[in-house]
Amino acid sequence: MTNPPLDFHPALRVVHWLMAVMVLAMLFIGVGMVSTTGPLYPVLLALHRPVGIAILVLVLIRLPLRLATGAPPLPDDLSPLEKRIAKGSHGLLYLAMIGVPLIGWAMLSAGGYPVQVTKALILPPIMPHDLTLYAFLREAHTIIALLFFALILAHISAALMHGLIRRDGVFRSMTTGHRRAAPAIEPEPVIETEDVDAGEASASIPPPPEPSDLR
Amino acid sequence: MSSDNRVPLGPVALIGAIVLILIAGFAWAAGWIGGQRISGGDITAALDYNGGSHPGYRRAHAKGLCFAGTFAANGAGAQLSLASAFRSGSYPVIGRFSVGGGNPLATDGRNVFHSMALILTTPDGQQWRMAMDHTPIFPVADVASFVALQRATKPDPKTGKPDPAVMKPFLSAHPEVEAFQDYTARAVLPNSFANATYYSINAFRFSTGDAASLVRWQFDPETPLAGLNKAHLDQLPRDYLFREMIARTAKAPSRWHLQLVVANPGDVTDRATMAWAGPHRMVDAGTLTVTSVSPEETGACRDLNFDPTILPRGIGISDDPLLAARSKTYSSSFTRRAREGAGPSAAGQDMAKERGQ
Repeated sequence: MTNPPLDFHPALRVVHWLMAVMVLAMLFIGVGMVSTTGPLYPVLLALHRPVGIAILVLVLIRLPLRLATGAPPLPDDLSPLEKRIAKGSHGLLYLAMIGVPLIGWAMLSAGGYPVQVTKALILPPIMPHDLTLYAFLREAHTIIALLFFALILAHISAALMHGLIRRDGVFRSMTTGHRRAAPAIEPEPVIETEDVDAGEASASIPPPPEPSDLR
Repeated sequence: MSSDNRVPLGPVALIGAIVLILIAGFAWAAGWIGGQRISGGDITAALDYNGGSHPGYRRAHAKGLCFAGTFAANGAGAQLSLASAFRSGSYPVIGRFSVGGGNPLATDGRNVFHSMALILTTPDGQQWRMAMDHTPIFPVADVASFVALQRATKPDPKTGKPDPAVMKPFLSAHPEVEAFQDYTARAVLPNSFANATYYSINAFRFSTGDAASLVRWQFDPETPLAGLNKAHLDQLPRDYLFREMIARTAKAPSRWHLQLVVANPGDVTDRATMAWAGPHRMVDAGTLTVTSVSPEETGACRDLNFDPTILPRGIGISDDPLLAARSKTYSSSFTRRAREGAGPSAAGQDMAKERGQ
């Protein structure tokens, strides 16, 4: 097949929505936990690290999958600038998904903390114990996370614009996907009594669609 | 195609509403809008208000001395917790002695917390961080009261004591502080870091995997307790306790026994203001030996956060709300001083002076 795909690979779509929930939850957990000295603080902190590392693992699976399976082309009626913004913002989203958890890990390392993901799982440090470095990474973790949230808001707005206003298939390429056009152009089944392969042939031809079946 | 230039109002409003809801939810989660919340910054600000601003230092227990040693576990602690620190063996410890307050150059002649913090590391990479005081109880039980305490006990620059006009209404609103005041008035103020008993303050949840119990612990010194003369604290040299510990450790190590104290059914386990009275099941889990001390400039303790909620497997936090508050506040203090850059320590100054002579 030389035609580019109309949709993102189904596996990629599953990971996208899984990570969408995790990343949004993570941003809320993050700003929530640093805001309070109440009993929620240790609860949120105990969620923050395992979810953060899970996001890092998932994006490291997702990025090669995305590079291998490609992306559907953007609609032709987008201006070159809009296309560049779309591509650039997706690059930044990937960068944030990798960068924010990595900075979190590096920050704990530089602060001399055990990188305790769960009670049983402790990751090795990835930075030397250095408070100046810790202070820098701690700040970066917050600032990049806030910019990440802003980028996600722009991403959601753009996705909904494609889905609700432009209706150009971009939104569908990451959700349900495009309908297989097959049944409409399939020839009417011709009944050839002498065809010895009739059994096999009829199995490959879908039954004529019911009028109500718009799946 | 999208040749129709008219913007459909419905979808645009919907998109706008979704984005606004997300922003509002985020702002609420972050505490920027909505109800009152006490942040780590609020507590560090209260500590700064009480003890003055000392950038680069811990917001509390600013005056300290690093130590190193070992913890020799005898295996008995395994009755209560599966923590690897309780398996028979010897594990490295780094820690810090300190006195209460935010002034890193304050005099030791004050009736304040004498404290020991430490990090016990086992070969599996698990850490047990502790921050303990020489009093078995804490003056207040919750975060809001702690902030109020810092505001009420700010020393008057003229008298060096809290302003009675502020202190009186605070005490009548916080009768729980009386137990702590009585204790510190009555109790011996140790004349050395080496002969003080250090208490966990809060209760923690110990688990063997099968059974859980609530435990407070204390480090009981082998060195016999002797007290400072509380009537003449003002005559004590500024760094008396620190110099004494440096001189003592140069001659011989100091030892403590880690006693695990298991809560009785009636004990209050979520309020650090309440002492546990009467006989308790005690488990001697092993011996801490402090073999060397060094000023923060050269020791390993300065750039670490002795967050008492960093616990190994088999030990967890209890329902005591102070634990969450301590964890967050220590973290806020740590991040602030990391940004500010460390300053010289009192013990470091003393040692430099002695070397210069």
